[in-house]
Amino acid sequence: MRQLHLYALSGVLAAIGCGFFLYKLLILGFPMRPEARTDVWRVEVQLQFEAQGGPARVSLFVPTGTGGLTIVDQSFVSPGYGIVTSPEPGHGMRVTYSIREAHGTQSLYYRAVVERTRLPQDPSRDAEPRLEPPDFEGAQRLAAESITRAARQRSSDSATLAALILQSLRDAPRGGEAAFLLGPQPSARRIAQLATQLIQFAGIPARVVNGIVLAPERRDAHFVHWLQVHTAGRWHPLYITEAEREATEALLPWWRGIVPFAEVSGGSELSHTIATSRSYELATRTALNQQRALERKLIEFSLFGLPLQSQALFRTLMVIPVGILILVVLRNIVGVKTFGTFMPVLIALAFRQTGLVWGIAFFSLVVAIGLAARFYLEQLKLLLVPRLACIVIVVILAIAMLTVLSFRLGLERGLSIGLFPIVILTMTIERMTLVWEERGAAEAFEQGLGSLAVGTLCYLVMKARIVEHLFFVFPELLFVVLAATLLIGRYSGYRLTEIYRFRALAR
Amino acid sequence: MMNWLATRRALARDGVLGINRRNAQYTLPCNPRDRYPLVDDKLLTKELAARAGVAVPELYGVVEIQREVRHVPERLAKYRDFVVKPARGSQGDGILVITGRAHELYRVADGSVLDDEDMCFHVSNILSGVYSLGGQTDKALIEYRVNFDPVFEAITHRGVPDVRIIVYRGVPIMAMVRLPTRLSGGKANLHQGAIGTGVDIATGKTLTAVWRTEIVSEHPDTGNPVSGVRIPHWDTLLDLAARSYELTGLGYQGIDIVLDRDKGPLILELNARPGLAIQIANQAGLGPRLEMAERELPNLHTVAQRVTFARERFAHARA
Repeated sequence: MRQLHLYALSGVLAAIGCGFFLYKLLILGFPMRPEARTDVWRVEVQLQFEAQGGPARVSLFVPTGTGGLTIVDQSFVSPGYGIVTSPEPGHGMRVTYSIREAHGTQSLYYRAVVERTRLPQDPSRDAEPRLEPPDFEGAQRLAAESITRAARQRSSDSATLAALILQSLRDAPRGGEAAFLLGPQPSARRIAQLATQLIQFAGIPARVVNGIVLAPERRDAHFVHWLQVHTAGRWHPLYITEAEREATEALLPWWRGIVPFAEVSGGSELSHTIATSRSYELATRTALNQQRALERKLIEFSLFGLPLQSQALFRTLMVIPVGILILVVLRNIVGVKTFGTFMPVLIALAFRQTGLVWGIAFFSLVVAIGLAARFYLEQLKLLLVPRLACIVIVVILAIAMLTVLSFRLGLERGLSIGLFPIVILTMTIERMTLVWEERGAAEAFEQGLGSLAVGTLCYLVMKARIVEHLFFVFPELLFVVLAATLLIGRYSGYRLTEIYRFRALAR
Repeated sequence: MMNWLATRRALARDGVLGINRRNAQYTLPCNPRDRYPLVDDKLLTKELAARAGVAVPELYGVVEIQREVRHVPERLAKYRDFVVKPARGSQGDGILVITGRAHELYRVADGSVLDDEDMCFHVSNILSGVYSLGGQTDKALIEYRVNFDPVFEAITHRGVPDVRIIVYRGVPIMAMVRLPTRLSGGKANLHQGAIGTGVDIATGKTLTAVWRTEIVSEHPDTGNPVSGVRIPHWDTLLDLAARSYELTGLGYQGIDIVLDRDKGPLILELNARPGLAIQIANQAGLGPRLEMAERELPNLHTVAQRVTFARERFAHARA
């Protein structure tokens, strides 16, 4: 009876999962494989500020889509706010959110769908720009004249002149005129600003452009800055770093000029985060083209309907059950011994950030340092909770040390060790010490290596792009995973390791 | 691979119980959750057994809060030998057997010595829950150290040998004697290196022995043969085992009994998740015996009937 119940439940769950999966795959045409290249991007800005209780007004720039990218759809999510968009000459399009009364933390969203245009818009139709030469004074004026004169001597036309001015700012030698004008530790924004001023000073219309680089799954995109120089009757881009020159296809211009991105009145602590993601073209197309109500609802109520930041989170979250299923199989069917029930899956999650080889190296190092500290503490006879607390501190110190050390050695990967689950590591170290003392080092290493091996396997599966894609696009597959886990819950056969353990009995 | 499949088939044919099957078919359905504390907390087990008139090692004292820890040496002063154990310990972890004293120091069964500070630290660790299931805070028990029956003298290296009997709904199913070795540090747990010797349920005579995963015939430290030893008070042992079902209400449990030179059989502890190595010691699977008992259960009404059934049906063929 119990068995029947279990099989029925698993069957129903698996049927629901497979049914939805096949429906979405075959009828709605959701993509089975992650696409190599799509031309639709989603950009989302989240603005947050502390309202002071009275009327509040927030204004920010929104992209206007010039060049190779166009904004095909945009939306403003802001409960209770009035929204006005107005062009601001010379800078771009400004959106103003306003409300009569606001209390506490306010969150406003702006979302845009950006598509690559088939026919790039020719920006030369812009009106002939006005030249606004800056007024440098005294020493600054002398320095500016010296830089532009040096550049002019080596240039052949306006375009090369502008490029040379920018170059002299980019590799400004310490103590030189350029360094004097830039000030200490200039940001890219400062370089862009000054280059624009100097190029204008040299008699060429120029402006600063602020924008972002569209990248797949970025939760925290930063603004980058570049120049546009008006020569030969049209605007030409001039990039400050190589990175932007290479990413030129994915550069989304947002607004122009050295003005702040967003401003607030009637509130404080304004902050913004920008997330970008590659959208699934087929999915969006289905939603937009086939105007059937049910299907649109399905997409609205899927993970695609979430804010981009949450989507990025769910990409990770949805693969955890796969790791857990592997763990269950390894523990209950194979019989691998691990420390802690779900520790290997957490380790695998940390490996996603560090990469496998470095992850294993860092993990072993941190555990080794922790074990050494734990064995030393053994002599001091500390009580359990303070002892665990000491190990937490040692683990954090070890992680900080390793991060700094590996970064100094030029290993960028080292920066992600901070993501290791510190408390879990601590419990692992404590358990390992106890097992070491009670059952010997061999058993401790067996369980430690077991955990690491299971973590590695989970990582390899959870990292596979196809797995991540499948479970994000078809979350209903989790029902199938659940069904499989339920079935293993009543598996009463031998574990593989038991066959070895009881081999003496099989005569 | 073929070899593994063949081994698997042979194990299945002999009815060797795997951990999944033990959990799914026996411990989960037969052992009600609310009964677990009775056996997981050795203090409760002791009280339960004392109320039912079953002999247990005498309790010298309980340490429940950290404040009491520093008075432990004073409380221990009047005892030359004793055992300190966690009330909720698992798999024999955290048990300290003190066999005597040397000046200010305690002699431990494994041959090492401890001072007062070490003793307090150990007790304090027990209270913190270092050895307990799930790490909850715990109590430390101080109790009578068993002077084991000389019958096992020749085949024991320090420590206390005990008899483990698996009991299924009141029917003794399988038994073994666990003999400490030098490797096990005087402890009677197989995974710590003790020897497990199968016992013929009918006669109480020891059969083959398993040490780690191999079959052995002699004690590795003393060199004496471990099979053919007759366990004294065997009737009492079977009786205790059969009664333990009514004591705890657990349908599938392991009962650990020690034989004291003066006090006879004492129940050491009960186990709601008894290990499976007993099958290797007996060179037999638990499966067929459990099924046989299950079929026969409706006809077994009294303790005596259950014991008789076990003696008749689970006699070892070669004994």
